Amino acid sequence: MWTRISKHHLFWPLVALLVLLLFNAVYNPGFFSIRIQGGHLYGSLIDILNYGSPLMLVAIGMTLVIATGGIDLSVGSLVAISGAMACLMISRSADQNSLGAVLLAVALALGLSILLGFWNGLLVAGAGIQPIIATLILMVAGRGVAQLITSGQIITINSEPYRYIGMGWLAMLPFSIFIVAVVWLITAWITRKTALGMFIESVGANPTASRLAGIGSRTVLLTVYMFCALCSGIAGLIVSSNVSGADGNNAGLWFELDAILAVVIGGTALTGGRFYLSGTIVGALIIQTLTTTIYTIGVPPEITLVVKAIVVFAVCLIQSENFRGLFTSARRRRRLPADREVSRHA
Amino acid sequence: MLKRPFVPVLITIGLFALAFLAGSLRYNGFFSVQVLFNLLIDNAFLLIVAIGMTFVILSGGIDLSVGSVVALTTMLSASLVQEHGVPPYVVIPLVLLLGALFGCGMGAVIHYFRIQPFIVTLAGMFLARGLCYVISIQTITINDPFYTKMALTKIRFPDGSFISISVLIALIIFLLALYLAHFTRFGRNVYAIGGNEQSAILMGLPIARTKMLVYAFSGFCSALGGVVFTFYMLSGYGLHAVGLELDAIAAVVIGGTLLTGGVGYVAGTFFGVMIQGVIQTIITFEGTLSSWWTKIVIGLLLFLFILLQRILNAGSSSQKAM
Amino acid sequence: MTNKRPILEMHGIHKQFSGFVALNNVSFRLFPGEVHALMGENGAGKSTLIKVLTGVYTVDEGEILYDGKELRVANPYEAQEAGIATVYQEVNLCPNLSVAENIFIGREPLRFGRILWKEMNRRADELLRSRLHVNIDVTQPLGSYSVAIQQLVAIARALNISARILVLDEPTSSLDRHEVEQLFTVMRKLKEQGLAILFVTHFLDQVYEISDRITILRSGELVGEYMTSELPRIDLVMHMIGKDLQVLRQLTDRADRSASRSDEAFLEAKGLGRSRQVEDFDLTIHRGEIIGFAGLLGSGRTEAARLLFGADRADRGYVKIAGGQRAVIDSPRHAIRQGIAFCSENRKTEGIIADLSVRENIILALQARRGWYRALSRKRQEEIADEYIRKININPKDPEIPVRNLSGGNQQKVLLARWLLLEPKLFILDEPTRGIDIGAKTEIQKLVLELSREGMAVLFISSELEEVIRVSDRIAVLRDRRLTKMMEQGEISQENVMKEIAGG
Repeated sequence: MWTRISKHHLFWPLVALLVLLLFNAVYNPGFFSIRIQGGHLYGSLIDILNYGSPLMLVAIGMTLVIATGGIDLSVGSLVAISGAMACLMISRSADQNSLGAVLLAVALALGLSILLGFWNGLLVAGAGIQPIIATLILMVAGRGVAQLITSGQIITINSEPYRYIGMGWLAMLPFSIFIVAVVWLITAWITRKTALGMFIESVGANPTASRLAGIGSRTVLLTVYMFCALCSGIAGLIVSSNVSGADGNNAGLWFELDAILAVVIGGTALTGGRFYLSGTIVGALIIQTLTTTIYTIGVPPEITLVVKAIVVFAVCLIQSENFRGLFTSARRRRRLPADREVSRHA
Repeated sequence: MLKRPFVPVLITIGLFALAFLAGSLRYNGFFSVQVLFNLLIDNAFLLIVAIGMTFVILSGGIDLSVGSVVALTTMLSASLVQEHGVPPYVVIPLVLLLGALFGCGMGAVIHYFRIQPFIVTLAGMFLARGLCYVISIQTITINDPFYTKMALTKIRFPDGSFISISVLIALIIFLLALYLAHFTRFGRNVYAIGGNEQSAILMGLPIARTKMLVYAFSGFCSALGGVVFTFYMLSGYGLHAVGLELDAIAAVVIGGTLLTGGVGYVAGTFFGVMIQGVIQTIITFEGTLSSWWTKIVIGLLLFLFILLQRILNAGSSSQKAM
Repeated sequence: MTNKRPILEMHGIHKQFSGFVALNNVSFRLFPGEVHALMGENGAGKSTLIKVLTGVYTVDEGEILYDGKELRVANPYEAQEAGIATVYQEVNLCPNLSVAENIFIGREPLRFGRILWKEMNRRADELLRSRLHVNIDVTQPLGSYSVAIQQLVAIARALNISARILVLDEPTSSLDRHEVEQLFTVMRKLKEQGLAILFVTHFLDQVYEISDRITILRSGELVGEYMTSELPRIDLVMHMIGKDLQVLRQLTDRADRSASRSDEAFLEAKGLGRSRQVEDFDLTIHRGEIIGFAGLLGSGRTEAARLLFGADRADRGYVKIAGGQRAVIDSPRHAIRQGIAFCSENRKTEGIIADLSVRENIILALQARRGWYRALSRKRQEEIADEYIRKININPKDPEIPVRNLSGGNQQKVLLARWLLLEPKLFILDEPTRGIDIGAKTEIQKLVLELSREGMAVLFISSELEEVIRVSDRIAVLRDRRLTKMMEQGEISQENVMKEIAGG
């Protein structure tokens, strides 16, 4: 029974998260406390969920892309573009507080995100360009596009409905948490209740066999890149809503790296195949908690980078077979039955 | 197909000439030697870093840590010189050595543990930048006489135009890189590994050594770029050179080097950097456009070159499948 | 021609992998100044022998004598240094480097650490001209030349390192007739110069054209070493295929096939072909009919089948399905929609999705055909999986196990289940019983017969002649990438088919 639990893909990530949370609690006795104030729940745990929501969204989208064996480096730029678009539209409207204007702005921003995702997908699935290279283009140009939209300024707006996205409350909890929950649920539903999840895993695990089995790889790829862009777009709305403005330069900076890290920690391999949405969520929470922990200890927040480096390094070493090989004895390195037979025909 | 490996580079040179010509026609004062020299002065550090990046990409890898190593170098230099009174003639060789060792370490991890260069250099990037902040959160201004001298010295030519010492350093590295790439076994091994690593192994080439050297060289160039950067900015700061890696990669790709490795020229990178510089200059001269247009144009160029590479290699079986 | 003393002797070579014996007490000799063909079907041990010689593997038992002295090499580089050079099927050079560089890389002429390009180019040019009679611009990238030229460059590299043994591993697979001639001319010249050439190939015609001696392996054992001039073709084929009659006697003889084949043609292929893979062929398959593809490995059977399935796109010709319009099947999806299924011979790379479970692997093609939105419910998936696990006897019986944990035979069954689920009208099976124990083999053959009785057309490809003859109504024989003859019921016998395969 213990082996079954410890082998579960969520086990080690959850343990890591727990360790981090406990560490915080030791340092800051009031860490786990939650208080009610003005009809809202407040507390460090709430903060982690709240501030981590943009990352969780981007990471969800990134999970599907990585599952197909690809990667999307442009998500940070997409976050910036989305926020810029929405703020621009709202700032131009007659009444910034009208719900209609906000909804229209949101729709446009997300529409643009999906379009850009389609661009990425087209390069990868249509032109056959390597995902790292294909999405690099938008990563570089994207910031420029965001600045183009904001005309180089930092647009600030004053819109209650828009502010609600990132700063609003629902049922005593920050609204952004609900956004994440809904997106996570919808993604989980679509990937598990329809065959899309299986197709994604299949394409990522073995593109050749998938093609021979009749799976339309191109459609799958287009879909995941568009979806990832959509997630980034939503995250961008939250980010810009939090500051009631759009900063083309800094919004979403280094999100792609954190997102990739979250996905990898969560158990999805960079090479593609099986993916774990719940793992990604835990991974994102770990990263967010890490940031909080460092802040709590009083260490300058920039040190987060060093810690992240160590975490990336550790995760990759653990995933690296060569490294694990240093610890496994030859006796335990059994060969699977099928390997034996396959080498016969090598 | 591959019969024309020169094509991308020639296109790059042509584009550069075109851009320079366009600028000259449009703006007064553009068509001068000094404008050309200013390109070099302002982008000397990028050139050095991009040269290191070229070798890494030629070998089929990538180095995301370059910008952070530049920043770390500035921070380390500033801290040692200003706060610990270490003389520059000790500091500079030291940081260069550290840069090389840093790169070598990453190369070793990449090779021996078979982890993708993207991830390893990503970690390196986090680490280097993080270490910057460990040294100091704030900027450390440098007013050491040696550095200020390096910053202000102008090497003058008969017609009145000038370049900085950094440009000289960059040009020396450029020539060194040309030699390494085309006249040493190391350089040819880099091309071989980038072309087909499996074959290179079967041909008995020293893979481990070459890979580690390649990343060490990149680390060295990043550190040297950092040193030149300190001459330029006269400060050490954790936020220096953010995003430099992207500029370097863009310069390499626009310079005609394939991101998959094995094909490309150091000379191409030179013009890749110059194109970025000339675009920036044109935008400055234009006055009304903001500098963010540079990013869009670079992105567009990147796209065009990647597409070009794809078309030129469409028949080749060396495409790595998705 | 041949010297008295062999340059290479291998005695009692034994090599096994985790309980599976790849080479069992194999001996081999190679003389300088000869072309020696190494032949054997899949799993015969050919590639293992080569890998042992070139340092990729080390022997468990046995000795290798090189020029009379014991040879121990730990990796390909050391083998090279010892003078044993190999040119692989996928020319293992760097296409981005120039011809001269590929010949010299790792040992470029230097002066004070600086590469002497002129000198290198000159030497490369001279080497190619004088010893290989190839006249090309050595400064151009290797990739700009045809595979045939690239191979010659690989050989030049071997000569440059003063190789005394040249191993050519299936060098002619990607060459056209003219290029093969060019290669053979070079081989003859090298032979005269005293080089020992080990020529691994499937092409019978070529073996008889160029080789002096033939060594045949089968199932990891040495069948024999023969002088080419003294070995009739039919004997060669018999030695390679072997006759495991005692074992197969338990299986039924050719079943009564008169009932199932209908006159209705399901698929007609006319002039279907693809450059460098298979020459134009015509083929008609009727409902309820089993057509066997017989021929040695490399004869073009899989290539032809892939064209029918759209896995590769045909350059020429067309197909007509169920009397419909002329069409070219351009993708597996298209083929599946037309009712064609294809069970690939490379089950690991083209068949199973290793990470996914047995259940997922089984329902994959059906789900792909339904589309992503019409998902089969988990319950239905489990029902299907259980049904097929039972029907085809897949072990272990748990449908949730990752398919990579199954044995090769069971993985094959999972693949069969995947395609059977689609209820195809034409089922192409490429080596479905390879690597499977005898019990499972029989099961699969029985299954194929049953399917055809129910009206399915089957294309059955196998290297085991017994099997093909037993199940097929008609047999298409392929040799050297050409469909040479369609054998009708009355003509089929072991002897006739073998004769046709051997040709000449």
